[in-house]
Amino acid sequence: MTARFGLRFVALGYLAALLVLPVGYIFWKTFEDGLGPVWDAITTPQALHALWLTVIIALIAVPLNTVFGVVCALLLVRQRFHGKAVLNALIDLPFALSPVVVGLALILVYGRNGWFGGWLTDQGVRVIFALPGMVLATVFISLPFVVREVVPVLREIGTEQEEAAATLGASPLATFWRVTLPSIRWGVTYGVVLATARALGEYGAVSVVSGKLAGRTETLTLHVEERFQAFDLTAAYSSSVVLALLALMTLVAMNVFRREVRSGDRSSPRDEAVR
Amino acid sequence: MGYLSLIVLIPLAAVAWRSTDGGADAFWRAISNPAAVASLRLTLLASAAVVIVNAVFGTLIAWVLVRDDFRGKSIVNSLIDLPFALPTIVAGLTLLALYGPRGPVGVNVAYTRVGVLLALLFVTLPFVVRAVQPVLLELDREMEEAAASLGAGSFAIFRRIVLPNLTPAILAGVALAFARAVGEFGSVVLISGNIPFETEVASVHIFGQIESDNTTAAAAVSVLLLAISFVVLFGIDALRRWGARHDR
Repeated sequence: MTARFGLRFVALGYLAALLVLPVGYIFWKTFEDGLGPVWDAITTPQALHALWLTVIIALIAVPLNTVFGVVCALLLVRQRFHGKAVLNALIDLPFALSPVVVGLALILVYGRNGWFGGWLTDQGVRVIFALPGMVLATVFISLPFVVREVVPVLREIGTEQEEAAATLGASPLATFWRVTLPSIRWGVTYGVVLATARALGEYGAVSVVSGKLAGRTETLTLHVEERFQAFDLTAAYSSSVVLALLALMTLVAMNVFRREVRSGDRSSPRDEAVR
Repeated sequence: MGYLSLIVLIPLAAVAWRSTDGGADAFWRAISNPAAVASLRLTLLASAAVVIVNAVFGTLIAWVLVRDDFRGKSIVNSLIDLPFALPTIVAGLTLLALYGPRGPVGVNVAYTRVGVLLALLFVTLPFVVRAVQPVLLELDREMEEAAASLGAGSFAIFRRIVLPNLTPAILAGVALAFARAVGEFGSVVLISGNIPFETEVASVHIFGQIESDNTTAAAAVSVLLLAISFVVLFGIDALRRWGARHDR
């Protein structure tokens, strides 16, 4: 019994020292002088622009990755083709790469002296140090999430219902909309939550390709760093708290949707057939 | 497929291409530059240390979450994912606020290697816990009960029965944590102070080379970093397979 309390004490103590106390302290420090200074700090034009830019980037990157993720998962689970193992490995690559290397890679392709950079400059398109580069970086970083959540769900539900729909004369597209998509919807949602959290919080890759032009290519994470380096702790902490609140909302959403993914499993067609 | 190659493949090919831009000479010069070597050494040693701490504490936390029962356990369980959800720059800032020069606890890890370790521990926390938890949940308790009835102590039961069953999961979590630690940037950048030869990790070194427009050197170090982490990951995976085979 004492051993059990000892283990519990050590585990919770480790979590408290590493996670809870630092994050709690930031909240306490931010609201030390009340809401006024915090509100002022997060409603400066620079901070509002950073928030707006962060949201825009996520709104472009996440839907792109959602469509790609579902198509890719369908390919990986339902099709046989050469290079499937390669595709499978490639999808996880963004997890294994340093965000800085991702940024470097984009600069080498789309930058001034990059492979496509010269041609793009002639067309008057700026990718690096501008919005398109930041979107590309975010897409790269958040690429695997939807695929990785949808693949196991697709495996789980099997093909029986899809085949039944096809035998009854449904076109492949109708089968997808009416049968496949409804049964994978919670898996997709869970992946979208993870991808969104990652997209909103991305720092390394975006910081390389953005050029960090205050009020122009500065996202909320970059704004936190810029304010911190300028010794404006109130602003840095306030924006951090906004991001931390988004993270906590993500945790809540993850909990809710994880439960849905599981209960979705239970009422999946195969189980009903067994019953 | 086209989307994937446009977003992922072509840029990575460009990194590999650029790293060989100045020939083998320039590649060698970039990776044998003392600051680069020091940063790579720190990155690998720190990641190894962090992974070992994670293997111990991750398993312990998973154990407490599965086998123990106390009020607020489900909240603790959700909090494990916080490092995944929290932006890395915010993670670094929170650690710096509590354990930095103006922190209330009287320790100062800012601009030290301890700070680097702390940041890496924060961001890699969930990997081992989340890998071990499901295996521990599925684990059949009859074997443990049998061992206990035959007079084995709880430490012997853990070492002889539970641990061998968890090892593949621990190694899988360790591999993910290692890959993450090696490439980590955002959480380290504020707390480490990025002092060359002292606290500069590899990704910060690469960032510095990009900022000073030395993309060839940046690409060379990136390629080396990738190669090393692939070798380590491959090694961990081989160890896991070897262990799995010896189970039977």
